[in-house]
Amino acid sequence: MSPVMSAPLLQVAGLGKRFGGFVALDNISLDIKEGERVGLIGPNGSGKSTLVNCLSGTQRHDAGSVRFDGQSFDGLPAYRRTRLGLARSFQLPKPFRSLTVVQNLHVPLLFTAKHRGGAHLSSADIDARCEELLRMVALDGKAKARPRDLTQIEMRKLELARAMAAAPKLLIADEAMAGLSHSEIDDIIALLMKLNAAGVTVVLIEHIMRAVMSFSERLICLVAGKKIADGAPQEVVRNPDVERAYLGE
Amino acid sequence: MKNGTFWLLTALAVIAIFAASRLLTNDYYFFAGYVVLQYVVLATAWNILGGYTGYINFGTAGFFAIGAYASVVLHQLWGPPIPVLILVGGVLSGLVGLGMGVLTLRLKGVFFAIGTLALAIVVQTLVTNWDFVGGSRGVYIIRPATAPFFGSYIHYLFFVMLALAGLAVAIARSIEHSTLGFGLAAVRDEEQAAEAAGVPTLKLKLISTTISGALMGMAGAPLPYYVTYLDPSSGFNLAYAVNAIAMPLVGGMTSWIGPVLGAVFLGIIQQAATVMIESSLNLLLVGVLLVLFVVAAPNGLIGLWRPRRARAPS
Repeated sequence: MSPVMSAPLLQVAGLGKRFGGFVALDNISLDIKEGERVGLIGPNGSGKSTLVNCLSGTQRHDAGSVRFDGQSFDGLPAYRRTRLGLARSFQLPKPFRSLTVVQNLHVPLLFTAKHRGGAHLSSADIDARCEELLRMVALDGKAKARPRDLTQIEMRKLELARAMAAAPKLLIADEAMAGLSHSEIDDIIALLMKLNAAGVTVVLIEHIMRAVMSFSERLICLVAGKKIADGAPQEVVRNPDVERAYLGE
Repeated sequence: MKNGTFWLLTALAVIAIFAASRLLTNDYYFFAGYVVLQYVVLATAWNILGGYTGYINFGTAGFFAIGAYASVVLHQLWGPPIPVLILVGGVLSGLVGLGMGVLTLRLKGVFFAIGTLALAIVVQTLVTNWDFVGGSRGVYIIRPATAPFFGSYIHYLFFVMLALAGLAVAIARSIEHSTLGFGLAAVRDEEQAAEAAGVPTLKLKLISTTISGALMGMAGAPLPYYVTYLDPSSGFNLAYAVNAIAMPLVGGMTSWIGPVLGAVFLGIIQQAATVMIESSLNLLLVGVLLVLFVVAAPNGLIGLWRPRRARAPS
């Protein structure tokens, strides 16, 4: 990657989303550069998940535009966005319950592979790729297990592995660490760092400040559907508006 | 086993069963066998949408009757051979299935199920008020006494339904072991996550509803020739919808063999009850067995001999 980047990987301009009379996202603009690690913070109900949903196509935005990798994402269904390189994990893990852990990874491999290399993956390719992904998240001993037999952290790791199976350029991890213990959080951060080092741009939505601060190169803060801060993490957390949002007057 | 091998084995099984059946001298077995095989098709078709894709269809009778009444129309106009009737019935009910698939855009879970029931009622109302196909009076179809090669016409109908059952099972199994099958399972388990994993969920659901609907219509297409008198209350009989749901549930919904086992098991019990006890006992038996299986064997017959999977702690 050259230091002089051309257009950012993700460009969001004037994004708006309403639910009836409630404004969930109000004129959000932000850029994500290729290879960046960005933290997205904000109090509960500030619109973080809605933003993720609008970026990934789970919900449709009402105003503004989303461009990804030089292409307009406006109106594209979620599966097309995944195939174009934007993958997400869900805040509440949504594994395919009737499939085994390794079969969970087959789904994105089968349905996105054709759109990346142009060729079908052979079943040997798929097996190799699955093994690699499972080793990456340390689930290689659980390939044949069912999601219901996994622990909370294993479920989160499966969620991340499944997102990674789509071979994304940008990974949006929506609260991948909620409810995990101290050491488990470190586990997930190390995993995300590893992905980033391999060239994946990562946006981390997180409440746990320790995690966000140690992971992010840049922090974006949403409050009540508006972007109120965007910059170096240390500056953003000292921003009076951010302090007020979190701690009150 | 490769899909090609399976198709070949299915074809051989169809021929073998039919050859063996020729040894029977009593035509009753062909009449009874036809009904059982018809349920194999309906249960298998239902399971493609209900079991693989996770969308419950209460409107089986509607699709089945679309096939049957398409045959009535063609019979009145021209009287083409049965394979043509099956093709036309399948295309028409497949198109209605496609329409049902569009419902999945807005309706999920129980609301989708209610929508399918409404769809069947709408079709029944249309047919009941359409004089050309007999309206509520019903219509008589004179079937030929014999068919070339097969001899007795009921032998021919039996063979047709046997071939259809083989086709339905082979299609179901092919889907199960394909990329499409993985995609449908993902839709069934977590539709949002499926979409996020690159699965074009709407397209897959449309494929599923279309194939499922088409097979149901194909099962219904020969019906007028089987019953020789068709009226809306028999063509749209609730028993078709109930059985199409009960049979996969009793047999097991996760594999192609489940609906086949369920249809053969429940179908034979119903036929036996009709002959030996009373025909009105049929649905009662289905109901009792359904309750028994839901309580004692939630994974159906196939769940009984497959190694029991560890249950999640509740």
